[in-house]
Amino acid sequence: MIVQAFAFYLFAGILTLSALMVITARNPVHSVLFLVLAFFNAAGLFVLLGAEFVAMILVIVYVGAVAVLFLFVVMMLDISFADLRRGAMQYVPIGLIIGAVLLTELVMIYGTWSFAPDKSKNLAAPVAAFVGDTNTEALGQVLYTNYIFAFQTAGLILFVAMIGAIVLTHRTRPGVRKQSVSDQQARNPADVLEIRKISSGTGA
Amino acid sequence: MIDFNLIPVLPEMFLAMAAMGLLVVGVAHGNSSTNVISWACVSALVIAACLLFGMSWERQVVLNGMFVFDNFAGYMKLLVILGLITALAISGRYLEILRMNRFEYPVLIVLAGIGMMLMISSNNLLSLYMGLELQSLSLYVLAAFNRNSLRAAEAGIKYFILGALSSGMLLFGTSLIYGYTGSIDYGVIGATLSGLTALPFGVIFGLVFILAGLAFKVSAVPFHMWTPDVYQGAPTSVTALFAIVPKVAAIALLMRLLFEPFAAAQGQWVQIVYFLSLASMVVGAFGAIAQTNLKRLFAYSSIGNMGYALIGIVAGTPEGAGAVILYMLIYMVMTAGVFAIIIGMRHDGIRANHISDLSGISATNPVLAYAMAIFMFSMSGIPPLAGFFGKLFIFQAAVAEQYYILATLGILTSVVAAFYYLKIVKVMFFDESVEPFEKDIPFARRVVLFVAVVFLLAFIFRPEAIVGSAQSAAASLFI
Repeated sequence: MIVQAFAFYLFAGILTLSALMVITARNPVHSVLFLVLAFFNAAGLFVLLGAEFVAMILVIVYVGAVAVLFLFVVMMLDISFADLRRGAMQYVPIGLIIGAVLLTELVMIYGTWSFAPDKSKNLAAPVAAFVGDTNTEALGQVLYTNYIFAFQTAGLILFVAMIGAIVLTHRTRPGVRKQSVSDQQARNPADVLEIRKISSGTGA
Repeated sequence: MIDFNLIPVLPEMFLAMAAMGLLVVGVAHGNSSTNVISWACVSALVIAACLLFGMSWERQVVLNGMFVFDNFAGYMKLLVILGLITALAISGRYLEILRMNRFEYPVLIVLAGIGMMLMISSNNLLSLYMGLELQSLSLYVLAAFNRNSLRAAEAGIKYFILGALSSGMLLFGTSLIYGYTGSIDYGVIGATLSGLTALPFGVIFGLVFILAGLAFKVSAVPFHMWTPDVYQGAPTSVTALFAIVPKVAAIALLMRLLFEPFAAAQGQWVQIVYFLSLASMVVGAFGAIAQTNLKRLFAYSSIGNMGYALIGIVAGTPEGAGAVILYMLIYMVMTAGVFAIIIGMRHDGIRANHISDLSGISATNPVLAYAMAIFMFSMSGIPPLAGFFGKLFIFQAAVAEQYYILATLGILTSVVAAFYYLKIVKVMFFDESVEPFEKDIPFARRVVLFVAVVFLLAFIFRPEAIVGSAQSAAASLFI
């Protein structure tokens, strides 16, 4: 138990600190690196909860793909973030006021709202039937059996997104020199090479 | 274990396979194959319609309760397929002239069609959202399809940003519904809410957000801002598609959502839909008066027409729902005819879409002029044309439920709307001719025009066949 508590406070503490560094670091590359650290610690928290699949996905997808993509973007775009931030401080008071108003509204409204009495019955945990399986298996059951329809439709939506990206951005440019292997293979030295004898002292 | 019966999903599955297969063919053969792919898409849609006819139209809920097929779904899907076929058929020559005839165009239309059919059959807030996004994403791409036109790009961006905003609202509403009822399944939500004396505040809040999100999709006032700009900016063939089909699907979605899971909340949503309907009719009628561009004018006209269709939903009875279905069918036919004419408007190869470009075409293109006149008379609701009956049944349903104000305002605004419809007729028949249109009308467009005119004229002779089928489709929502 004590080891678990120690691990939790370690992960949670580093997570909070690195999240703070993400938004305060002056150098955007440092921000992204702290983001990676935050993801790793969040993955650690998931492992503590027994959700090992989500932990792995977090590392693979967010650290492996998203954060690296951020890093590429930050390094390739020459944006001075200090310039973007200049003058943002003057909006802090009004932002705080609006935030406070929204918060009081939310607290007031949520305080009086009631839930439908059947709610807890409707909310039966979808994985109840899979007790004993690892949570990778349970997720697979839910995703590919119960929600196969939504899963396949999501696939179609991504398919449309891919077509759309190609339709809207891909142009065939004339005058671009592309490598064509078959053309290269078909070249005959006799057609393209000419051997001239140049006597010394004169040009070609 | 879940019921893995895929028969009711067969038309959608077939269309998805066809879209993917045709895309591969297109990639292999390049843009020269666009015409072939376009007609292949039409045949795929025809086959899907045949599959629909071959299925049992009894109510079936499959795939873990996410997908429902019943009489209503079958009827609305047939309407959608019909609209898609029309939209594809009238756009062939136009795409060639604008050098937009890329093979992705028909494939995207089929994919949008799958999205619409999934919307109609959704039985779960998750499948609702999935269908809606599939449809919207395809339509965003189509709106910006003409990359060389600044206006088309603007239309695409506007449509995309506002569509994304509305999807966000819809999702927020969905999350509230899930939070306060504990389910996203239509059946479970319906059962949970019907057992309550007072609705939880959170559910009402969620319902408001969902309705706001869907009002964007049917372009009901006050969520109509995008419509005129998108209709004007998008290529005319895409505008035709926008005007003919997606609203049928969105209205069907709205009907199922309001009559099935939220039937118990009728007292709440009636107020919202009442306002949407009233505001749409007024803005649609008065907004169109000042327009000189035909595409903008029909954008406002579609806003107004959605207002009339919503009256039938406000009535909340099977008769009202049947009237909405009938209204959407007649509106679809009229719009298809109108756009079959607008899409062909050219003077010496230059595209024209202003009202003044129609002046005096009764002398130069009498057939087009008379067809357009019939569509205009029908849209303004003059008997004995079909448009009159569409409005008549809607108002009857409203009066039967004592919504006198709504019905009266509906009649008043349709009088105002008649002004601009008849103005088009006046321009065509009594103004000096500027220059003749190009005369050759492609065969497919002739067929669409002919069928639309015959439908509008002949409706009065056999109304009971169509009205009866619409009513029985609507009745399947109220069991």
